[in-house]
Amino acid sequence: MTALRFLVLVTALAAGLPLVYSGSYLYDAILTPFLALSLAALGLNLLTGYAGQVSLGSSAFMAIGAYSAYNLTLRIPGLPLVAILLASGGITAAIGLVFGLPSLRLRGFYLAVSTLAAQFFVQWALNKFGWFSHDSASGVISAPALQAFGFRFESPVARYDLSLAVVVLLTALAFRLSRSQTGLNLIAIRDHETAARVIGVSVVKTKLLAFLISSFLIGVAGVLWSFAYLRTIEPNGFTLDRSFQILFIIIIGGVATIRGAFIGAAFMVLLPLGLSNLGAALLPKSFDSGVLEMSLKVVQGSLIVLFLIVEPNGLAALGQRLWRRALPVRSGSKPDAQPFAPPLPETLNGEI
Amino acid sequence: MMEELRFLIEVLVGGLLSGVMYSLVAIGFVLIYKTSGVLNFAQGSMILFAALTVVSLLERGVPMALAIAVSLVGMIVIGMAIERTVLRPLVNRTPITLFMATLGVSYVIEGAAQLLWGAQVHGLDLGIDDSPLEIQGVLVSSFDLVAAAIAATMVAVLSAFFRLTRTGLAFRAVADDPFAALAVGLRLPAIWATVWATSGIVALVAGLLWGARLGVQFSLSMVVLKALPVLVLGGFDSVAGAIVGGLAIGAAEKLSEVYLGPLVGGGIESWFAYAVALAFLLIRPTGLFGRKPVERV
Amino acid sequence: MRIARIDAPTPSASLALEDISLAFGGIRALSEISLVVAPGEIRAIIGPNGAGKSSLINVISGLYIPSSGRVTLGGVSFDRVPTYRLARLGIARTFQNIALFPRLSVLENVALGRTVAVASSVAGQILGIGRARAERRDTLARATEILRFLDLAAVTQRPVETLPYGLQKRVELARALIAEPRLLLLDEPMAGMTAGEKREMADFIRNARDHFGASVVLIEHDIGIVMGLSDRIAVLDYGRKIADGTPEEVRTDSAVIDAYLGVPHAAVATPEET
Repeated sequence: MTALRFLVLVTALAAGLPLVYSGSYLYDAILTPFLALSLAALGLNLLTGYAGQVSLGSSAFMAIGAYSAYNLTLRIPGLPLVAILLASGGITAAIGLVFGLPSLRLRGFYLAVSTLAAQFFVQWALNKFGWFSHDSASGVISAPALQAFGFRFESPVARYDLSLAVVVLLTALAFRLSRSQTGLNLIAIRDHETAARVIGVSVVKTKLLAFLISSFLIGVAGVLWSFAYLRTIEPNGFTLDRSFQILFIIIIGGVATIRGAFIGAAFMVLLPLGLSNLGAALLPKSFDSGVLEMSLKVVQGSLIVLFLIVEPNGLAALGQRLWRRALPVRSGSKPDAQPFAPPLPETLNGEI
Repeated sequence: MMEELRFLIEVLVGGLLSGVMYSLVAIGFVLIYKTSGVLNFAQGSMILFAALTVVSLLERGVPMALAIAVSLVGMIVIGMAIERTVLRPLVNRTPITLFMATLGVSYVIEGAAQLLWGAQVHGLDLGIDDSPLEIQGVLVSSFDLVAAAIAATMVAVLSAFFRLTRTGLAFRAVADDPFAALAVGLRLPAIWATVWATSGIVALVAGLLWGARLGVQFSLSMVVLKALPVLVLGGFDSVAGAIVGGLAIGAAEKLSEVYLGPLVGGGIESWFAYAVALAFLLIRPTGLFGRKPVERV
Repeated sequence: MRIARIDAPTPSASLALEDISLAFGGIRALSEISLVVAPGEIRAIIGPNGAGKSSLINVISGLYIPSSGRVTLGGVSFDRVPTYRLARLGIARTFQNIALFPRLSVLENVALGRTVAVASSVAGQILGIGRARAERRDTLARATEILRFLDLAAVTQRPVETLPYGLQKRVELARALIAEPRLLLLDEPMAGMTAGEKREMADFIRNARDHFGASVVLIEHDIGIVMGLSDRIAVLDYGRKIADGTPEEVRTDSAVIDAYLGVPHAAVATPEET
């Protein structure tokens, strides 16, 4: 089963789901946020997982995407949906490029610290200058419904379908990137920058490209998060905690893999639900939302530590190992072939 | 004119005193980084835990000295537990992996602290008077002065310890080259345990001082975010750098808040320190005092 | 600064170093070294530890900028070339402490060597159209050929970090070769290998030169291998060149014997390193 066929299959199943089940909770509270977070994690993974540029400011870029879309929708009425998405992503990409410039001089912690500068500055700016929130009185803005060709994406299923379409498309493109020569260049500068230079990789162009593409994806994720999921936009939804959450997603899901973003996001979305059910069952009297919040912190933190120690390549790698053990080895199959990371030869045989 | 100058000095002094407190937090980081190469993001949560423990015990009628002692023991235990269960298994991994592990640890400690003691805000009275003093016509908060004095003393003691004692020398040896240190017979686990215990003590002092100043609540763990620009400026492995960096950041922050803030609507303390650190990094990518990493090809 | 372009069809080029000096702080790593490498020649640089061999290779590959002197490739001199432009000039190198990309497979590592020749846009690569598609096929074909040529076909999919040291060195050589370099710089390509592996590697290097037509500059400690493999040898000591000639000439040069070999080489199989 090649990656492309897998993607088509999952997409078909996901798109067909509303035909079978239409209860709004599933879409509103689980699937739509899952899609938005996955996209954000995908963007961060390209930057931090593949290219090795640590960023702790991803939620700031989600905010930029959301606010861009908000302003575009309100200030340029009649702008087509595709244009809104592209432009929001584009604005985020441009700003991401600027904040990515320090990566040309800084590495590791120092780079991480500079991304925090982006995080705090953007949060402050969006809060401080009323222009961004169209001078609304309260800090919270409600996001107008997205629309295309006269159809308003308002129902839970409609918003879910929109998110699905956007995420599937961008994931396919990201996947193609990861398999291309440029994708290899990203990993090269992560693993050995000097060697990459010597073989002719332009580190400057590659790093900036990583920031550009990553920020684009995260910006669009911000649009989905605010417009398709929450339907409100507020700076407090895009805090350092959210940035950490996205980082946790790729650590748990699996760095430097496409599927890792999705596995991690699914985990992150389902964890609070599972924990609150567990808590309600075990300690019905005292398990309130405060306790849930704190327990969530403890569990998340412990999992991060656990994964870093035991399986640094996340659930994606764990799943792969179990998958390989479960399947009988067919004669003729290469023992080292990986189901979702086909080596170059396979991607060339008959695939796009 | 004199009024303005006096005001400037007041702001500057306030900033410097603030800066000493930043230095104290930063030194907790430097300690760990110097000896194990780990940037311990969990330092902030440890500060919170220490302060929360003391305050909660005080509120239950436990005498101050005992509360501090219990908290101290707790800190030491936590520190050693982190070293043992998290850092030792990760000993060969990249620095950024270790950093992320400490990020995870910080979440665990924050969550545990508030599960244990609750999430409300507590006031902390250390018995330090907070009336303003007037020195040469300049108003200075006496609390700030005392806090700065305490912090400065700790900083001095730690600096001396590193430079002048055998154990301090051992710490530096381990930081420089763990294998060589092993080869000359230094016992790494004992040293690391001591380092983490010391860091725990620093966290306790910082927690008490900051807690008295800001109130003991969750945002105390965010103090660590103030320490990062200090570390960037001063280098992650330099005590002197932490001092100079702390003073610089403290002063710059206060001055910008008063003089630049009103120009852009205020509230710039949330990011100004980072902007300073970033600007600085672009000129000197390894900080004021930090050592340049040598890459062998 | 002038940058050479590879428009000449000749695959190999001569390298000329004129009076290269290099100082780090107060230490003179290289003093007025002059050296010429003829097209298609295998040139060894030998000398005791600390003689400046690695520094010289780093100067040639642009990682160090000499304090004085000139480096000329194919008749065009360059002094301040950004490292990533070197590949475009036709220079490829391997490293003393293997500089592979550990978690990528052998094939991916070798394919990366082709980055310098890939001119398609990122968008083209993502969409997989036109030029990008053709380049992809080309990269794959070349990689497959080189891996077969260097006897690495069996480990194509393995992550390189799982390979034994000797094979990793060969992968590095493969990655250097796929770029069709005019000049191949090999920094201790045989360090840490057994005698048998060394002979194999020497054969691969010689075949690579014959097949791909590059000039080769290599640093190596094993004198026996060097004598058998090289066309000419330069000997360094304390940053200076003390001898330069054919293996025969160098073997019997008294300055070399004093500084490095210890006794006339014919009498001993392989001298110990100090």
